[in-house]
Amino acid sequence: MLKQKKSKKGVFITLIGVVALLALTVVLENVLDPTKNIMLFTVLKKGAVYALVASSMNLLNGFTGLFSLGQAGFMLLGAYAYAIFTIPNSARENVYYLYGGSAIHFSLPELFGGGAVGLILGVLLALILAGIVAAAVAWLIGLPVLRLKSDYLAIATLGFAEIIRAVFQWDKLGPVTNGANALKSYPTFSSFNIPGGLRLSTAVAFLMAAVCIAIILLLINSSYGRAFKAIREDEVAAEAMGINLAKHKRLSFCISSFFAGVGGGMFAMFANQVQAKTFTTALTYEILLIVVIGGIGSISGSCIASFLYVACSEWWLRFLDEEHFIGTFKLPLMRNGFRMVVFSVIIMIVVLFFRRGIMGDKELPDLFQKRKPKPGAPVGKEGAK
Amino acid sequence: MLRIDDLRVNYGGIEAVKGITFEVPEGKIVTLIGANGAGKSTTLRSIAGLVKPASGRIHLQAEDITALAPDRIVSKGITLVPEGRHVFPDLTVVENLKIGAYLRKDDLSHDLEWVYSLFPRLKERSWQAAGTLSGGEQQMLAVGRALMSRPKLMMMDEPSLGLAPLVVKDIFSIIRKINEQGVTILLIEQNANMALHIADLAYVLETGRITIKGTGKELLSNEAVKKAYLG
Repeated sequence: MLKQKKSKKGVFITLIGVVALLALTVVLENVLDPTKNIMLFTVLKKGAVYALVASSMNLLNGFTGLFSLGQAGFMLLGAYAYAIFTIPNSARENVYYLYGGSAIHFSLPELFGGGAVGLILGVLLALILAGIVAAAVAWLIGLPVLRLKSDYLAIATLGFAEIIRAVFQWDKLGPVTNGANALKSYPTFSSFNIPGGLRLSTAVAFLMAAVCIAIILLLINSSYGRAFKAIREDEVAAEAMGINLAKHKRLSFCISSFFAGVGGGMFAMFANQVQAKTFTTALTYEILLIVVIGGIGSISGSCIASFLYVACSEWWLRFLDEEHFIGTFKLPLMRNGFRMVVFSVIIMIVVLFFRRGIMGDKELPDLFQKRKPKPGAPVGKEGAK
Repeated sequence: MLRIDDLRVNYGGIEAVKGITFEVPEGKIVTLIGANGAGKSTTLRSIAGLVKPASGRIHLQAEDITALAPDRIVSKGITLVPEGRHVFPDLTVVENLKIGAYLRKDDLSHDLEWVYSLFPRLKERSWQAAGTLSGGEQQMLAVGRALMSRPKLMMMDEPSLGLAPLVVKDIFSIIRKINEQGVTILLIEQNANMALHIADLAYVLETGRITIKGTGKELLSNEAVKKAYLG
């Protein structure tokens, strides 16, 4: 989409932006008192996790044109894989008390010797494993499911997400998944706060999300990314150009699921406990909403939208749920639940007025450079359809 | 170079191609002409591997390429310019061209220059979304994209479809130019007049069978062809 040297400049600016953002989160978290600004840091962490999952969904839905609704299922796989591999051995008895202890008797951070090094390596490896588990399942499911198109694919993946949620709550799997009970006591983002020193929990969330999103961006700008876009635009032509449709669809599906799995692991780190019933279809729709609001086919759009979405739903509109008085006059409508009504209306307005989302299919660096207007050349994409 | 033996293809429940045999000699322009539904497109699509033939053999040089996967056939040096152009509308002209060379891992700059020298208009518009190009420019892009795979044989499905007569003339003179640079061409056309004028060898396809064959000139003066296709 960009000229070579332009894109190099864009990458450079983006890189500086990301480093600045990371530095900012470290400063914020250490200057502001986290106990007094709980909402701010909740939004930042959850926003980072959602940004990653939304980017992974955008890779599949926006860039490859495969409409899949299985994201919550892959997040669930990732979250469980992460939790199961990282719960400390000493805590397993306690967590799995209904099943008389866990079937798995190791914990990755402890395998790496515990302490700070063990924590970092263990968590990293567990997150990668979370991604691999999700990608492996995606590969298996992809075999039959990727033959389907559009709505049918969406229904099939939706069904998968529901089934996987039921399977993980199955009592017989209790010693591994803890049945319908929560998994807890594993390392979370807060574990990265140095006791009596720097608080790094938000920065860690940002760093992990940033690295993963950077990998997704690199992929999109590679020749594989071009092949994905070609499949989205025109399957017939893509196949005639020698792009192996089945292989590339599977690749996109697996990579997207990998990052959804990593995102699921990070979601577990954010939420402090994992329970299958969290990963409902509603979660997939939240992510889908973020992708649509941000712009289908724009990773920066997904990132911006995820922070806005999380901030709106969790924080900025909270006041609507409380009763307010002007003098002695009690404002009507303001009661528990009103927040969601306003939120839904905002979303409808956004979708009506930004048909293509906040960013369309542009990325952030595209906004800072004007295309050289060519004499006689029509500008814009109105003629595309 | 390309030899088709007794090719039969079922398409959409009917036998669209009913046992055709023909040859495309190296370095020539060969055309298949015929009415709608004669099986021209199906023939090309089965050579490209997009539809599986029911029976028959397709040989490229000495190699049997029948029913290979489409990407394997492209990498053997056969490319298809699909009917109706099928450019990728939201991608830029350059991105479209690069996708044409998707299976090649070597340096593309030389070939980009070659395509731009054939179609200077594409160079002017290289950063524009392909969907914003005019019909003729999109056809040029579709041809340029196919050339990016450095084909030995380029198959073209109705390149004149829906284009103004002047643009059609341009396209045909470019087809000739590409052929002079060593690319063998298999062309199917409803615009029989134009096609026969540039073809070295021509076949008439009627309801899935080849009924007449000869050089382009011979067919131009053939009474039956005149009556049915030249008007």
